[in-house]
Amino acid sequence: MSFQHRHAAHCESGVMSNLLRHHGVQMSESLAFGLSAALAFAYLPFIKVSGQPLIAYRSLPRSIIKGLLAPLAARFRFETFRSPLAGEQRLDALLASGQVVGLQTSVYWLPYFPPDMRFHFNAHNLLVYGKEGDDYLISDPVFEEPVRCASADLLRARFAKGVLAPKGLLYYPQSIGRKDVTPAAVRAAIRKNCRMMLAPVPIAGVRGMRLLANKLQRLPPNDANSAALIGHIVRMQEEIGTGGAGFRFIYAAFLQEAAELAQLPSLSGFAERLTTIGDGWRGLALKAARMVKGRESVDPPAIAAKLREQAANEEAFFRDLKLAVDG
Amino acid sequence: MDLNAVPQEGNATLGGHRKAVYARDADGQMVIAASRGWEVEEIVTSHAVQALHAQAEAARQRVQAGLASPLEFWMYERRMDLALLSQASGFWQWRVKRHLRPDGFAKLSTQQLERYAQALGMAPAALQRLP
Repeated sequence: MSFQHRHAAHCESGVMSNLLRHHGVQMSESLAFGLSAALAFAYLPFIKVSGQPLIAYRSLPRSIIKGLLAPLAARFRFETFRSPLAGEQRLDALLASGQVVGLQTSVYWLPYFPPDMRFHFNAHNLLVYGKEGDDYLISDPVFEEPVRCASADLLRARFAKGVLAPKGLLYYPQSIGRKDVTPAAVRAAIRKNCRMMLAPVPIAGVRGMRLLANKLQRLPPNDANSAALIGHIVRMQEEIGTGGAGFRFIYAAFLQEAAELAQLPSLSGFAERLTTIGDGWRGLALKAARMVKGRESVDPPAIAAKLREQAANEEAFFRDLKLAVDG
Repeated sequence: MDLNAVPQEGNATLGGHRKAVYARDADGQMVIAASRGWEVEEIVTSHAVQALHAQAEAARQRVQAGLASPLEFWMYERRMDLALLSQASGFWQWRVKRHLRPDGFAKLSTQQLERYAQALGMAPAALQRLP
C-alpha cells in the first residue's frame, strides 16, 4: 500500500500518526499526542544545550512512541547501531522488505531544513518510506510535502553526537494488537498527564514553571545573557517541532476527540479552557520577543510573573481535569 | 487561537516553508492549519542565529590575529561548542582546547585532522584555512 504523508505540528506525534495510519489504525496526530500523555513542562538547569538550560514543553523524546504501545497492544522493534555502516545496511534491508521505518536524527545535518532552523538538536523524528537511487524518500511530518535526502546526509544525521545522540535509532511495528482506541485507555492517558503536570518534583510540571520563574526573577535586566535566556525560553516554546502554546492547542484537539471516544462530554469545555491557556503562552512569547528585539526594556521579573500566572492556570486546569475523569 | 488568528507573517527563518498549527474554527473545533510563521518566532530564532554567527566572526578575527587556529572558526561556523566538538571528534575537551590554539593545531597528524574534518563534515584541506 502506498504511503500517505500528512503535515503535523510536532515531529514525534506526526511520525506515529502517519506510521500507525499506514498500518490501518485511525490515529490523528492529536490523538497520538494525548494518548501517550505527552503534554509536559520540564526545566532542567543541569543539562545545557548550546549553553542554555534544557526547557521542554512536552515529555521526553521517544515517550510518544512508547506511550502508544500499551493502548494499542502493540510491539515495536527499536534498533541502535555501533557502526553507521551497519545502520545504513539495516535501513536499506527494511525498506527493501517494504517496511516504513521511523528514525531519530539530528536536525543540523538534514539539508532540506531551512538554514536558520539547523541547530544541533538530536531528537528529531521522521519516517523513511523508500529509496530511489541514492536518495531516501522521507516523510518529515513538520514539512508540508514529502522530501528527499541523499544517503550520506541522512547517515550523518542519524549518527550525530552530543546530547540525546540518536545512535542510528530506527523503529517499526512488529505487531499491533488492536486498531481502535478504548475509553479506558483515553481516561488512563488523561489521568497520567494530570499526574505528570502536578508531580511533586521541583523541575517538572507546574512546579518546573515556578522554578524557572524564580530563576528569571533573579536575573540582572541589563545582562546580555538575560535576553538570551528569555529568547531561549520562547525558542524552545515556538520553534519547529516544539511549541509550548502549540502543544496546548494539540492537547485541546485531543480533549475534543476524547470527549467522544471516552463518552465524557465535559471534556469539550476543558478543550476550550486549555485553548485559552495556550493563548496565554502566546502572550508570554510575544512579550518576551519584544524584549529580545529591544521594543521594550528587558524585564525578567515581568516574564517571571507571566510564567507564574501560566503555572497557576495550568495547576487549576489539571486539578479540575483529574476530577472530571475520575468522577 | 482562532483560525483567523493563525499567523501568516512570512517568518523568514522558515525559508518559505509552512508549519502546521492547531486552531479553533468557526464551529469551535480544533483543526490543523498551515502557517507562514509568526514574527515572534522569527525574532527569537534570528536572535539565536545571530549569536552563533557573532561567535564565528569573533573566532575569524582571532584566527587572523594569530591567536586561534582555524579549528575554532569552523567549530563555531558549524554551530558547535567545545563540548559538542569533543563528543563528535572523540577527543577529550582539554585536547580540543589545545587544538584551538595555532601551535597545538600545527602539531596535528593527518589522521587527527581527518577526525576533526569528519566531525565537522568537511574536507581536511578546507579545515586548515578560513573560507
